[in-house]
Amino acid sequence: MIGLAKFGSTFLSSVIQAPQLRPEAASSIAEGVDHLYFVLTFITLFFTIAIFSTIFFFMVKYRRRAENEVPPDTEENLPLELAWTIIPTLICAGLFLWASSLYFENSRPPSASTEIFVIGKQWMWHIQHPEGVREINELHVPEGVPVKLTMTSEDVIHDFYIPAFRVKKDVVPGRYSSLWFQATKAGTYHLFCAQYCGADHAEMLGWVYVMSPADYETWLASGTPSETMEKTGEKIFNKLGCSSCHQPDGTGRGPSLVGDYGKEEDLKSGEKRLVDEAFIRQAIINPNSVVLKNYPPIMPTFRGQINEEQVLQLIAYVKSLASEERNSNGK
Amino acid sequence: MAVHNAHPPGFAHQFEDMEQQREAGSLGMWVFLLTELMFFGGLFASYIIYRALYLPSFEKGSHLLDVRFGALNTAVLLASSLTMALAIRSAQVGRRRAQVGFLITTMILGAAFLAIKFTFEWHHDYVEHLVPGFGFVINSDWGAAGPHVPMFFCFYFFMTGLHAIHMIIGLGILTALTIMAHRGRFNPQYYSPLEVSGLYWHFVDIVWIFLFPLLYLIGGRYMGAGH
Amino acid sequence: MSTATLDVHEVPTGSRVNYLNAQYGVKSWLLTTDHKRIALLYLFSITLMFFVGGTFAVLMRLHLIEPQGALVQPETYNKLFTMHGVIMVFFFLVPSIPATLGNFLVPMMIGARDLAFPRLNLLSWYIYIIGAIFTLYAVISGGVDTGWTFYTPYSSSFSHTSVIPTALGVFITGFSSILTGLNFVVTIHKMRAPGLTWFRLPLFIWAIYATSIIFILGTPVIAITLFLLGLERLLHIGIFDPAIGGDPILFQHLFWFYSHPAVYIMILPGMGVMSELITCFSRKRIFGYSFVAFSSLSIAVISFLVWGHHMFVTGQSIYAGLTFSVLSFMVAIPSAVKVFNWTATLYKGSISYDAPMLYALGFIGLFTMGGLTGFFLASLATDVHLNGTYFIVAHFHYIMVGGAVMAYLGGIHFWWPKITGRLYPDGWARFAALVIFVGFNLTFFPQFMLGYLGMPRRYAVYPSEFQVLNVMSSAGASILGIGYLIPLIYLTWSMRYGPTAGPNPWGAKGLEWTTPSPPPTENFEEIPVVTEDAYDYAHSTVTRG
Repeated sequence: MIGLAKFGSTFLSSVIQAPQLRPEAASSIAEGVDHLYFVLTFITLFFTIAIFSTIFFFMVKYRRRAENEVPPDTEENLPLELAWTIIPTLICAGLFLWASSLYFENSRPPSASTEIFVIGKQWMWHIQHPEGVREINELHVPEGVPVKLTMTSEDVIHDFYIPAFRVKKDVVPGRYSSLWFQATKAGTYHLFCAQYCGADHAEMLGWVYVMSPADYETWLASGTPSETMEKTGEKIFNKLGCSSCHQPDGTGRGPSLVGDYGKEEDLKSGEKRLVDEAFIRQAIINPNSVVLKNYPPIMPTFRGQINEEQVLQLIAYVKSLASEERNSNGK
Repeated sequence: MAVHNAHPPGFAHQFEDMEQQREAGSLGMWVFLLTELMFFGGLFASYIIYRALYLPSFEKGSHLLDVRFGALNTAVLLASSLTMALAIRSAQVGRRRAQVGFLITTMILGAAFLAIKFTFEWHHDYVEHLVPGFGFVINSDWGAAGPHVPMFFCFYFFMTGLHAIHMIIGLGILTALTIMAHRGRFNPQYYSPLEVSGLYWHFVDIVWIFLFPLLYLIGGRYMGAGH
Repeated sequence: MSTATLDVHEVPTGSRVNYLNAQYGVKSWLLTTDHKRIALLYLFSITLMFFVGGTFAVLMRLHLIEPQGALVQPETYNKLFTMHGVIMVFFFLVPSIPATLGNFLVPMMIGARDLAFPRLNLLSWYIYIIGAIFTLYAVISGGVDTGWTFYTPYSSSFSHTSVIPTALGVFITGFSSILTGLNFVVTIHKMRAPGLTWFRLPLFIWAIYATSIIFILGTPVIAITLFLLGLERLLHIGIFDPAIGGDPILFQHLFWFYSHPAVYIMILPGMGVMSELITCFSRKRIFGYSFVAFSSLSIAVISFLVWGHHMFVTGQSIYAGLTFSVLSFMVAIPSAVKVFNWTATLYKGSISYDAPMLYALGFIGLFTMGGLTGFFLASLATDVHLNGTYFIVAHFHYIMVGGAVMAYLGGIHFWWPKITGRLYPDGWARFAALVIFVGFNLTFFPQFMLGYLGMPRRYAVYPSEFQVLNVMSSAGASILGIGYLIPLIYLTWSMRYGPTAGPNPWGAKGLEWTTPSPPPTENFEEIPVVTEDAYDYAHSTVTRG
C-alpha cells in the first residue's frame, strides 16, 4: 500500500514537473515537503475519485426503474463500518507521524547557522546582517550554509514567506520569531509577506538572492563599508547610558553583562530564565518584568526611545561581551 | 385536541402539558447559564493570563481597591440569594405576601450592591484617577509595577461592569416577578418563573464569588489593611 | 402514527387554511411566533445577505484578472475581502441552515407544535436584523479592512476603518445564534412526540443538535473577544497591543476558539440535510444510523480542541503544534465515516435524479475533496508552506461553498414544496445545479495550485506569473454567480406561478411529510405517535403525492 502510494507520488511528481504547477525547490527541506505534498495529493485524488465513481456507479446501476419499487432494507455491516473507521485512522496516524517528524527537523536550526536579522514594518522588510550590511526588501544569503533568521515587527503582524524554500513564519511585534533554511540552488526567489498587514500588504515583496559562499563574502565586503551590528550596538549602549549602570566589573548599580548571554539567571520573582535574545529585549523594553534576584527594580524602560533595529544591535553587542571576555582572559 | 380549560393560566400552547413546560423552562435556563459561563469564561481566561504576566502590577492594583466594600458586597449578594430562595419557598407553600416580601428584599439587596459599587467604589476610583481611558494617572509611588496597573483596572472595570449589567437585568426580572407575585400568579402548582429566575440570580451571585477573591484578594491582605 | 394511515387524497389544496394564509398583514409577520413564519423571515434576510456578500466576491474576482488589479485601489480591495468574509461567515453561513430549515423543520420532524420558546425565536430574528444593520452601516460608512479575522494589533491600533460598528454587528448577531441553539436543544430534549426516542430521530435533528451545542458553547467566546477588541480600540488599554504590554497572539487564541467550531456550525447542518436527501432519493434506510448520529456529536466535541491549527506559524511551541495537529487529523475521521455511510446507503437503493439529489451528490464529492485538502493543513510540515496562501482559500471554499452552500440549496429545493406549497420547474433546477457545480470547480480548483505555487491570500496585486490561474478562477466565478441567480429566479417565480404541491411530492419518510403542504399553523391536528425507525422505507411504503 505504501509502495503504491510512493509510486503514485513519484509518478505525479514527474508529471507535475512543469514550472507552473510546482514552485522551485531551492532549499534542503523543499524536496521532503514536496514528497509529503505529493502523497497527500495522491490520497486526495484517489479518495475523491473513488467516492465520486462509486457514487456514479451506484446511481446508474441502482437507478429507479419503476415509480413504486421498494428496494430491500439496508443491512447492517459492523465489520465494514469498523474497517472504514480504522483504516482512515491508520492513514491519518501515518501522515501525522511523517509530517510531524519533518516539521521537527525543519524547525530546529543547526547550531552553526549564519544569523541574519529581519524587521518587518508596514510595508517593507529591513534585513540586517551581523557584519553591518543592511538591505531593504532584499536578502542575500550564501548557498549550502544554514541560515537562521531572527525576526520581529515594528508595528503589526507580518509573515516572512519564501515559497521556494518552503519556509514561513509570522513576524510578531513585541517578540522574536525565527526560521532557518539552507539554500541549495543559486538563484533569485520570491519573498512575500503572508499575513495581511494593511493597505500595501500585497506590495510587501522582496527577493532572496542565493549566491555561492565566495560570492556572498564578496558581496558583504563590497559597497559602502559599514560597521558591524556589535559596533553599532556598543555605540548605542554608551549613548543611552547603559554603561553607567552595567559596568563590566559589576560595580555599577546593575549587573555586569559580560558572559551573561546564554546563562540561566535567577529572577526576583523566583523563576529562572535563560538569557537569550527575547530576554535581553524584554530587559530593555520592560525591565521590571525580569529584575534579577539581588538587584533593585530601578532600571528605566527604553520603550519608545529605540526601534527594533537598535534593540537587535544592542543584543549583538551584549552577545559579543561573552566572547570578548573569553578572548581577553585567553580562555 | 386537548381541552384548554384544563390548563392553568400561564400555560403555553406549544407544550403538551405543564410538566413539559416546566421542564423545558428549567432546561432552557440551565443551557442559558452555560452560555453565560462561556461568556465570562473568555474574560476570566484573559485575566488569568495577564495576571500571570504582570503579577506585581495586579497586586498593586488589587491593593488599591477597598476590600471592605468588596466583602460587604459579597455579604449583600449572598443574603440576596437567600431571600430569593425564600421567595421561591414561599410560593411552594402558597404564602403570597411572603413571596412579595422576599422578592422586594432581594431587589433591595441587589440595588444596595449596585449602589455600593457605583457610588462608593467606582465613583471613588474615578476621582482618584484610576479609570483607564478616563484620565488614568500612574502614581510614581507604584514604582516598577506602575506601567501595567491600568491593565488591572481594565479587567476590574470590565469584569465588574459586565457583572453589574447582569445584576441590572436581574433587577428588571425581579421587578416583573414581584408584580406577578403581587397579583397572585404563583402558587404551589405553578412557580417555575420564580425558580428559573432564581437560577439566574444565583448564577450572578456565584460569578461575584469568583470575582471577589480574584480582584480584591491578590497577594494576601488583611481587612482594612489600607494601601 | 405510521405513514400508511395518512390518506393523501383526502387533503384538499389551495383554499385550505395554512400557516401562510392564516393571517395577513405586515404585523402578522413581524410579530409572529410561528416557527415556520420566522423561518421565512430568516430565509428572506439571509438570501439578501448572501447576495450582498456575493457581490463583493464578484468584484474581487473581477479585480484579480489583472496582476496589477483591474478594478479598485488596494485599500478598497482590502475592504472587499473583509466584508465578503464577515457577511458570508456571520450573516449567511452560520445561520443559513439552522435558522431557515432548522427553524421550519425541527418542530415538525419531532412532532411538536412549535419550538420550546417561540417568542425567543422571534427575538433571535430581530437580534440578527439589528446586527446586520450595524454591519451594513459599517459597509456603507466606508467599509472595514481588517480581514474577517480582525487580527490585532492591526485591527485594534492601526486600521482607520469602521472596525467597531462591524465588530458590534457581529457581536449582536452572535446572540441570535446563541438563542437559536438554546431553543433547539431544549426543544429536542423535551418536546419529542410519544414514541420518538433519540435513536428514531431523523439524522437532521442529530446534526442540528450537535450544531446547537457549538452555538451554545462557542459563540459567547467570540462575543467577549469582539467586546474586548472594541474596548481596546476605544480606550487603548493594551490587552492586545504589544506596544503597551499586550499580547496580539492572545487575540488569535480567543478568536479561533470560537471560529474553528464555527466552521463546524457551518457544515454539520449540511451533513444533516445530506442524510435526509440520500435516504429519500434512494428510498432506503441510512447505512449505519448510530455511526452517523455519533459522528455528529464527536465532530462537535473535537471541534473545540483544534483551534491552534490556524496558528501553526505564529511561533507557538512545537508541542502545541503537535497536539493541535493530531487532534485536527482526528476530527476528520467522523466526517469520513459519514461520507462512506452516505455512499453505502446508495448501494442497492432505488435512486432518482431529482434536483435535491444532484445537489446532494455534488456535496459529497466536493466536501470529500475539501475535507481531504484539510490534511495538507493539519500536516505541520506542509502547512508551513501553505498557510496564508490561496491553498487555504480553496480549502475552505470547497467545504463552505462546495459543501455547505450546496447542502443548503439541496435542502431548500427538497423542502420547498412543504414550505411554500409549490413546485419549482425541475429542469431549470437540475440545470442550475450543473452550472453551479461547474462554475464552482473552475473558480476554486485553480486556487489550490496558486497556493502551492506560493501566491499569498488577501493580495490586491500579484506577480504576473500567477495571472493565468487567476483568470481561470475569475471565469469560474462569473459562471458560479450566474448559477446562483438561476434558483433565485425560478424559486421566486414558483411562489406565485408554480403548480401546487401535495403533501409528499418526493415520497419521503418523516413526520413533516405527513402534513399538508404548506402545513397549518399548529403543524399537526393531533400529535403523532411514532412507532417506527427513521427512514423505514422497506417496511411501509410512501407514494409521491
